[in-house]
This record gives sequence, structure tokens and C-alpha cells, in this order.
Amino acid sequence: MLRFVLGRILSAIPTLLIVSVTVFFLIRLVPGDPAALLLGDHGDAAALAELRAQLGLDQSVLTQFRIWFFKVLSGDFGTSIWVGEPVLPLIIQKFLVSVQVVIPAVILATLIAVPAGILAAARQNSVVDVGLISVATLLLSIPTFWLGLLFLLVFGLHLGWLPVVGYVSVRTDFVGGLLYLILPILTLLLHEIGTIIRMSRASTLEVLRLDYITHARAKGLSEGAILWRHTFKNAFGPTLTLLGLILGNLLSGIAVIETVFTIPGLGRLMVDAIYARDYPVIQGCMLFIAFIYILVNLFIDLLYSFFDPKVMTQ
Amino acid sequence: MRRFAPNALIGGVLIGLLFGVAALQTFWMPHDPLKLNFAARLQAPSAEFLLGTDEFGRDIVSRLMMGASTSVSIALMTVGLAVLLGTTIGLVSGYNRGLVDRIIMTFNDALLAFPGMLLALGLLSVFGANQYGIIVALGLAYTPSVARVIRGAVMSLREREFIRASRTMSNSEIYTMMRHVLPNCLAPLIVLATSMFGWTLLSESALSFLGLGVPPPAPTWGNMLAAGRPFIEQASWLAIFPGLCISLTLLGINLLGDALRDRLDPQMRGAV
Repeated sequence: MLRFVLGRILSAIPTLLIVSVTVFFLIRLVPGDPAALLLGDHGDAAALAELRAQLGLDQSVLTQFRIWFFKVLSGDFGTSIWVGEPVLPLIIQKFLVSVQVVIPAVILATLIAVPAGILAAARQNSVVDVGLISVATLLLSIPTFWLGLLFLLVFGLHLGWLPVVGYVSVRTDFVGGLLYLILPILTLLLHEIGTIIRMSRASTLEVLRLDYITHARAKGLSEGAILWRHTFKNAFGPTLTLLGLILGNLLSGIAVIETVFTIPGLGRLMVDAIYARDYPVIQGCMLFIAFIYILVNLFIDLLYSFFDPKVMTQ
Repeated sequence: MRRFAPNALIGGVLIGLLFGVAALQTFWMPHDPLKLNFAARLQAPSAEFLLGTDEFGRDIVSRLMMGASTSVSIALMTVGLAVLLGTTIGLVSGYNRGLVDRIIMTFNDALLAFPGMLLALGLLSVFGANQYGIIVALGLAYTPSVARVIRGAVMSLREREFIRASRTMSNSEIYTMMRHVLPNCLAPLIVLATSMFGWTLLSESALSFLGLGVPPPAPTWGNMLAAGRPFIEQASWLAIFPGLCISLTLLGINLLGDALRDRLDPQMRGAV
């Protein structure tokens, strides 16, 4: 057990390293001198030379990478060109906003969709199954940014139940802040329900086909006991893996939702940074999201071994 | 087999319609999609403008038609790029094994460690936020998945008898790959390419919606949706119809993808 956990944690290190290298060199692909980009239009030759020396651009690429990498390790992601603030605190502040939408949406979607998928599988090809799978496919096909706009139109403008634009942090005004979060969470939730129902159904069907389930039926166990005690634990693994992928995709794809609902989150920060060619922020966001993604997937890998202990022996 | 027929039918009709409209717009559109007409600003759907007009008096139907063709061509080129690069990398890697394979796959897996959209955003910031930037960024972002699938298929094929036979007959490695290995990778590739077409269409709409995609005045469903957003109260059709087009297209692709998977990958039949 301990060996498995340590092995997994250690195996994440090369990935993190290569991801850092990729992010570092990706931004180097941008045509032009990074120092000139950093200074923008208001730089003379002397300032340029000074900045080049300060950034270490006059040194070899490997040295540059080493300097950058150790700075990143110590939490120094550089300074935003646009805002003029250190990148990491900026990212963390925006991340905490995005998390308030993403985490509740994923948790609620899992709680609704996993049982729904199991139910659909247990009643394969029945009206319930066809109905659930159709709803799931439909939900999957509606882009979140459109669904969000429709919700704004109906609940915000026509019914007037919820605020349309603006954002209040739940920390300054809990109830008021919550009102601004309802629609974005609902939008993401419905989209993810579609994905999770399909996965949960598919992996349940896979397990229901196995011999030990037939054996459990032959023993005379009730369908409920078979589904809960024998099927769920084995069928939840693939869904769990999917949840890790969803979390990562949501963190990078949340910009559209944040745009629709004017939420100042991480996605918006990155998109604005791309507009402004604020490369330290782009680099920081990429690195931060990729790191979170890898860590979440590592955690899920470890959790996976609880549902499917076989992975530990491989 | 039971669910195959309706899925494939509905999906086929929706996607057929998409390609039909995309082709039709090169010959005929009800109005000029780019012509400004301030006398007819923000008109509700009517007999003349079936789905209404936008804030510059441009006909929505015509713009949706032109947008369909833009989205389809971007999606096709992106998938084409990813398939071309990914297949090459996957074939080389799977067939050579050894050190080449190890190096390629380490790098490949590191790229897979990025969420697709994140990698695309990063690449977009490098290649520039426009039509070609999107194709390159999304194409490169999807390449690692293709490479992985092809490599997997090649690995399982390369020790099979008919591949060995081809080598024994002293066919060149390239001939063997092209003639015997590649055709047997097609099934998983088609399933993946169908999904990628959907992802690309969705990502392109999302990026255009964010203002990082195809710049106006050229219409895409995504940038039409973004442009219609400020007018959602007085002219809700501006935001409703482009989104409906995206949803119907994605529904078509999802249904068609499911049907294809059932057909080409019998083990998964009726599963997803």
C-alpha cells in the first residue's frame, strides 16, 4: 500500500517537470524578444538591455530555464505586465473564485448522475434507460455558454428571480453572493450530468455482464443488493477517472461560463491575459492549472485503489 | 444493434444538413450576410428575414449559413491536421518501439497531462487569436490523443502473423505500414476523428465566443452568439439561433459517434 502510494507520487514528478519545460518553451515560441514584449511600446534601448540582463535573457537557454524553474519552485511566477502585480497571488485569488462554481457543480452532478447511470444500466433498454440516455446526450450537446445565456434570459430577465450581471463575493455578502453563483453552477451541473450519466451507465453495464454478478443473482440476492454491494464499487472506477478529467477541463474551459455570468475567475484572467499578451500571466495560469490537474489526477489514482485494489499489484 | 438505427438516422440527418447548408451557401443565400442595412436593425423574425436581423441589419439566416461553412471547414482542417500528425507520430512510435518510442511517448504523455482546452489556449497565445491560430492550436492540442490511439493499435498489430508475413516477403517497412498496418487502425481512428470533429466545433465556438476565434465581421456561430449577448433583452433571437445551431450539430455528432462506435467497436455495443 505505502509502496503504491509513494510510487504514484514519485511518478508525478517527471510529468510535472516536463509540463514545466513545455510551458517555458511554449512561450519562447512567441515571435520577438520577451524583454521587448515585457516593456511594451515604452522601452528605450538602455531599458531593454537592463531588462534583458535582469531576466537573464543574455544567458544560455538552459541557464534561463534553471533560473525560471527555481523561481517557480519558490512560488515566484513573475510579475504581470498588465496589472503590475505578482502573478501567483493574482492566480490564487481568481482560482478561489472559480472553485466556488466548479466544485459544487461537480459534486452535485456526481450525486445526481452516478445513481441515474446505474439505474439506466440496471434497466437496460427500458423506457427509463432510453429516456435517461437521451436526456444525457441532449445535455452533453448543449454548449454551456448558450445554456447559461438561456438561463439568464429566463430566470434573470423574464422571471426576474436572479441577478443578471455583476458579481458579489460570498465572503462580503454570503446570501447575495450565493444568488450570483446559482445560475453558473446550474449551467455547469447540467452539462456534466450528461457526461457522467453516460460513463456511469457504460461502466455499470460492463460489470453487470461479469460472472460474479450472475453468481450473486443465482444466490438469490435482491437486485438492490447486487447493484449497491457488488456492482457500484467496481463500476465507479472509470467514473472517478472521468471526474478527474472533468475537473481539469472545467478549470481551463470555465472562461466561457465566467464570461456569460461576469464572474472574475481564473478562466477570465487567462483569456484577458491572452488579449493583453500578458505572457507571465498566461505562463502562470498554464502552469498552475496543469499542476492542479496533475495533482487532482494523482489523488484520484490513489482513491481508485480503494475502489479497485487490483491496480496496486500492477 | 437495437439502438443503432434511430441514433445513426437522426445523427446522419443532422450532420447531412450541416454539410448541405455549408455547401449550399457557396451558391445561394437569402441575403448578403455581410451587407449593413441600418434601416432593418434588430428586426424580429419575419417573412423577409426568417430568423430576424442583427444590430447592423444583417440577415441572421444568411449569417448562420456562412457560419456553418466556416465552422465546418475549421473543424475539418483541425481534425485533418491532428489525424495527419498524430497518425505519423503513432505509426513511427509504435512500429519502432525502443528508444524512439520511449522519447516520443514521454513527450506525448506530458502533453496529454494538459487539459486539451488549456493547451489550445496556450498555443493560441503563441500563434495568434484568429482562424489559422485556432486550427493550429486545436490541431496540435488533439494530436497526442491520436498518436496514443494509433500507437496502441500498431503495438497490438505488429506481432500479428500477416504483418510478419509481409515483412518476410521482404516488403519495405513503409509499404507494410501503409498497406497492412494503417488500414487496420482505421476503426478506432474514425471513432476518435468523429469525436474530435465535435470537440473542435465546440471549442471553436467557445473561442470565437470569447473573442479569441474568427474575428468579425466574418460570422461564426460563436462570435454571433457573443455579438448577440448585449441585445439579449430586446432581441433574444440573436443569441437563441446560433446556440441552437451549435447544439443541434453537436447532438448530431454525438449520436453519429455513438452509432459508429457501436458499429466499429462491437465490444462496446450499447455501452456508451
